[in-house]
Amino acid sequence: MAVRTQDERLRPISLWQRLLLRPELGSIAGLIVVFGFFAIAAGDSGFLTWAGTRNYLEVAAQLGILAAAVALLMIGGEFDLSVGSMIGVAAVMMAILSHPDYGGLPISFSLVITLGFALLIGYFNGWLVLRTGLPSFIVTLAMMFILSGANIGFTKLITKLTIVSGLGDSLAKDPLSFLFTGALLGLPAAVWWWLAATLVLSWVLLRTPFGNWIFGAGGDPTAARNVGVPVRRVKITLFMLTAAAATLVAAIQVMGLGSANVLQGQGKELEAVAASVIGGCLLSGGYGSVIGAGIGALILAIVQQGIVYTNIDLDWFKVMVGGMILGAVILNNYLRKLSLQVRR
Amino acid sequence: MKKLLLGALLVMGMGLAMAQQIRIVVVSHGQAADPFWSVVKNGVDQAAKDMNVRVEYRAPETFDMVRMAQLIDAAVASRPNAIVVSIPDAKALERSITAAVKAGIPVVSMNSGSDVAEKLGVLLHVGQTEYEAGLGAGKRMKAAGVKNAICINQEVGNVALDLRCKGFFDGLGIKPNVIPVKIGDPTGIRNAVAAALQKDPTIDGVLTLGPTAAEPVLQAIEGKKLVFGTFDLSPAVLKALSEKKMAFAIDQQQWLQGYLPIVILANYVRYGLLPANNVILTGPGFVTPENAAQVIDLSKKGIR
Repeated sequence: MAVRTQDERLRPISLWQRLLLRPELGSIAGLIVVFGFFAIAAGDSGFLTWAGTRNYLEVAAQLGILAAAVALLMIGGEFDLSVGSMIGVAAVMMAILSHPDYGGLPISFSLVITLGFALLIGYFNGWLVLRTGLPSFIVTLAMMFILSGANIGFTKLITKLTIVSGLGDSLAKDPLSFLFTGALLGLPAAVWWWLAATLVLSWVLLRTPFGNWIFGAGGDPTAARNVGVPVRRVKITLFMLTAAAATLVAAIQVMGLGSANVLQGQGKELEAVAASVIGGCLLSGGYGSVIGAGIGALILAIVQQGIVYTNIDLDWFKVMVGGMILGAVILNNYLRKLSLQVRR
Repeated sequence: MKKLLLGALLVMGMGLAMAQQIRIVVVSHGQAADPFWSVVKNGVDQAAKDMNVRVEYRAPETFDMVRMAQLIDAAVASRPNAIVVSIPDAKALERSITAAVKAGIPVVSMNSGSDVAEKLGVLLHVGQTEYEAGLGAGKRMKAAGVKNAICINQEVGNVALDLRCKGFFDGLGIKPNVIPVKIGDPTGIRNAVAAALQKDPTIDGVLTLGPTAAEPVLQAIEGKKLVFGTFDLSPAVLKALSEKKMAFAIDQQQWLQGYLPIVILANYVRYGLLPANNVILTGPGFVTPENAAQVIDLSKKGIR
């Protein structure tokens, strides 16, 4: 008598188990821990107020916009260390093009030109990585130096300074600047951009063929190529996406501040990687989540801003950030192992 | 053929020797990207032109004393006619600077190091004394009625900046409250200050140590009643001063810190002439809403 055994793939999975399978679960746990810590340590000094919330959300938003793109690229199996310098380049470029003493263009026009330039750099990054077969870590590391160096050189050549300030009037005249500096429902535009970027890119990753291609290109490019995934196109598109995200962050900063300096964005490339990793992205590619990266950015921002509300001596600031990153990632890792057991 | 070549080389060599200019190497700790230091370099370049000397300007890419010591060592090894250094950390740079002095190369220091220059055998220091400048800022704020203040440090590890904050709090006579920030993150700087103000609403004075931090802070304090002062100028700082959004900016006239050492050393190498002071003070001068307008144009040109 044949016993009908149920196909194991159809085995019912409980909600809890299904949760454990999500890559962003670890980061959610990390978020609860970190938020809880600051709620207790600094809740009475304004951290829990609306102003306090807005404060860290705004910092999280800029990092989150970057991290959403960086997470996709990491899932696609590549790195981009040049996004931080790209912010500086884009910021200064926009500022010089719009500054009454130099370019004098409307800021929206400068933004389009700058975005075009950034996409070109992103394309070049991707093209070079695929062309040379070198690790993207190296190629974009080189690009990081080239961009930041060229930024200092050109800016001084043109303005004799490294800070381009005094954009106030040309910004106020431009109707488009509201899109980057305005507020809706009490939240700054950056937060909405962050939400939009996270949701759209997450949708692309999880619900479109292109998203599948990203997983394929990052997991096993050769196998992906063999089943017809245009790996080259996918990766180049992702490099262009990170450059575009850097430009968006730069636009938000420049229009918000009315000035740009060549140091802008320094170190953001590593923060974006940290946010993505906290959010469940693997350094080796092929696995991860855009929403997780958003949560990672939120965790980092809460630590960064929250510590100011506590009575901890700020000399220890970086130790705290590092400790929180380490803790979040270890927790993440542990939960991922649990989830693998569920899957088995 | 060989002889001919050698002869040609010899003639060329002599030609070079005859046209040889005085060569001065400047090694500063200032990152090339810092607007403050771009003004110093503008001063250096102008002096090189005016005095008809050749100047090489070197600085580490980040605030890095080891790298800076290596740059001084390299400068000494290249046997220039004179060296200009900044001394943000005497202990780290002592060996390299005294090596230059022992090698018979005249050294002038600028910007930071007024307190240690003489001890290291440096001929002369051009700059402001950091602690006193901070003290001046503190006293000014105290006179304006400030009781509780914060000091924003964008370059943690630079002793000169520590001294400014220390002088500032001593001048106010209150407990130090320093907030470290990241120089490349304007939103982070702005929101860190906003958070500090939210945490402690009694804060009624803010001091920043450079324009890169001052510009975002201007937004953080928008609409709040407090006294805001900064070190060093930028077009946006000057605009804020003229609009009375800031109380003062401490100008150390860093253009002169680049310019004067070259002039002094060129004359010293050529004629053995040297001013008799140990320290030539270029600051602190205070730019206030009253005198901001006249400085604005020069700031745009990279001179102030």
